[in-house]
Amino acid sequence: MSQHAPLAIVNGRLLLADGTVIAGALRSERGFIVALGADVAPQDGDTVHDAAGALVTPGLVDIGVFAIDKPAFHFGGVTRAALMPDQNPPLDVPARVRFAAQSGKPDFWVHPLAAATRDLEGEALAEIAMMRDAGARAVATGRRWIGDSGTMLRLLQYAGMLGLTVITHAEDAGIVGSAVATAGEMATRLGLPSAPAEAEALAVARDIALAELANAPIHFRNVTTAAALDLVRRAKARGLKVSAGVSPAYFMLSDVALGAFRTFAHLSPPLRGEADRKAVIAAIADGTIDLIGSGHDPRGPEDKRLPFADSAPGMAGAETLLPLTLSLVRDGVIDLPRAFALLAANPARLLGVNAGRLEVSAEADVAVIDTDRPWIVNSDKMAASAGNTPFDRQPVQGRVLALFKGGVAVRGR
Amino acid sequence: MTGPEYTYPEGAAAFPHRGLVAIAGLAPHEIWFLLDEAEQWVALNREAKKRRDLLSGLTIINAFFENSTRTLLSFEIAGKRLGADVVNMAVATSSVKKGETLIDTAMTLNAMHADAIVIRHASSGAVQLIADKVDCPVLNAGDGQHEHPTQALLDALTIRQAKRAFAGLRVTICGDILHSRVARSNVIALASLGAEVRVCAPPALMPADIEQMGVTAFHDFDAALAGADVVMMLRLQLERMQGQFIPSPREYRHLYGLTLDRLAKAEPDALVMHPGPMNRGIEIDSNVADHVERSMITTQVEMGVAMRMACLDVLTRQARGVPGWGGEAGA
Repeated sequence: MSQHAPLAIVNGRLLLADGTVIAGALRSERGFIVALGADVAPQDGDTVHDAAGALVTPGLVDIGVFAIDKPAFHFGGVTRAALMPDQNPPLDVPARVRFAAQSGKPDFWVHPLAAATRDLEGEALAEIAMMRDAGARAVATGRRWIGDSGTMLRLLQYAGMLGLTVITHAEDAGIVGSAVATAGEMATRLGLPSAPAEAEALAVARDIALAELANAPIHFRNVTTAAALDLVRRAKARGLKVSAGVSPAYFMLSDVALGAFRTFAHLSPPLRGEADRKAVIAAIADGTIDLIGSGHDPRGPEDKRLPFADSAPGMAGAETLLPLTLSLVRDGVIDLPRAFALLAANPARLLGVNAGRLEVSAEADVAVIDTDRPWIVNSDKMAASAGNTPFDRQPVQGRVLALFKGGVAVRGR
Repeated sequence: MTGPEYTYPEGAAAFPHRGLVAIAGLAPHEIWFLLDEAEQWVALNREAKKRRDLLSGLTIINAFFENSTRTLLSFEIAGKRLGADVVNMAVATSSVKKGETLIDTAMTLNAMHADAIVIRHASSGAVQLIADKVDCPVLNAGDGQHEHPTQALLDALTIRQAKRAFAGLRVTICGDILHSRVARSNVIALASLGAEVRVCAPPALMPADIEQMGVTAFHDFDAALAGADVVMMLRLQLERMQGQFIPSPREYRHLYGLTLDRLAKAEPDALVMHPGPMNRGIEIDSNVADHVERSMITTQVEMGVAMRMACLDVLTRQARGVPGWGGEAGA
């Protein structure tokens, strides 16, 4: 596929698929890894990249982004992203899926998530099989939960038959209504429409039951509360095909971040209380949470410089995904291989793509990372198309030094 | 007659805030200072000639993005009695209806060199958003379900005039606490001044973790009334009584309507308050609302004008160069 010269990344510390880190080099030809290890050397004609002792990892695979924002993804080491169907118009017909699937090439791969229902209304099933054949790698309910249990059951059965995982938003819509915050002292003081955190556990409980009934895989895009994480934990223990993701905001921040009506902290699901934040960290540590995604959703002032409840939810997260996940390594919550399982291997497996790990014959999506380099998040100077981050001015560590998609260096900072 | 007497420093240090967006963040002595400042205007308003030219030449814009009659009128009268040029911007005739953003509207008002802007908006936090963008003092006349600070101040002034002190005073606030900015501002102000505040509502209309704001929560109105020195009733929005929150208005009255019989459970000299407009026969019976000795409802309206005069005066002192307030003639 690639017309480019073979690539050799030398003097790296390679994070291998089995979790070991070895000093060595990696070679790729025609977009695929052909050799890696301590005894690998560049060959004549190779483009050689000297990693100078930095960590060499798989490119990140980011499930559940809302926009294709290449500069931000490249900055953050992301080589593939699964695009939510919540586009305008939504990804609910094969033509739009096919277009989206091509939209990032050659230096970024977009894996569209097919809308589960037409117009994402939660009523009539969309043409999921045709969208799969047009390039959709999974099905998503969008920002919304499907309220009708019969529709959700039929969706799970149908997607399961097609070999696609259903990625769902876990908030009971009847309880949530128009809430923009989690019920608690913060929402009460600010007078914001709020819903109890239990809305998440209710949705997760129902959807686990339906997935079990359908014997079909289900993935909860963001599981952010202790009660819902317990349900996922128990479902996994029973061997159900249940997986869970989360965004860094939910292990970094609690709803205290809403103070002074900061709309950059308006997320969906909303930020939770401190006990739930700690439960998310525990669930990452014990394996209940399978992947960490950015939920990248750049929003300009027309969407964010509004009264809190009128503003759009979402944050630009692609650039902070890696350093915030690495903070869990630094804090001893997880080790380095587990961090990259969460960021690359597990999401790649969910999507069924041959990437997310460094091994022979995998696609050569490779990041060279300085895991310790300090920098300060600055919402005014982000690579993203908008700087709506709740982490503005926060010092972080971990920076991508170089990024390769299919064995070719991509532009980006 | 006992209770905290607050002392406050001279000049601008007595109220070192640029605007009045919320009661939250005000120190008790700052609230006390505003109440003291209002007393002179209570006296003036009872005279035949009610006008002072303190704010002569200043422009005050009342920007009301949500319908209001009494609050708008109260602010307008307050500004005019102090001699200011008062302009009302009603939402129905404004460009907001044409899709202009709130920030653009704020920048427009700012460019007109208002000396104070009074804002009401249906979204919590909207007033803070505007206050951050304009150069003049902003007064919050109610933002969503967040705060309505001048209402809490006028309620405190009403209570102080009748009861003198707040320490140990039992105040029961009953009604739709969840959706009420009046309740939030009052809870913060009264608790800050040392009163014992109780809130009473059915579970669907009670905000989560309200106890964290220093109040006791009740579902049983009779229990909440026992020993109360002040009973503050809130208006219940009709649209919330159509089955989603409350089965019906008469069922609401059955549990939470303030009748004379219920009022008897409070202290014999308990005050009855209501921010208005009232649903007579629902949250409050007419013979309670019109009770000559007990009802403070018209007094609240009277205190409202004086309180708003005090706020406009204090918040424009810097711009007017009042000595000690940091203006060009100030310290």
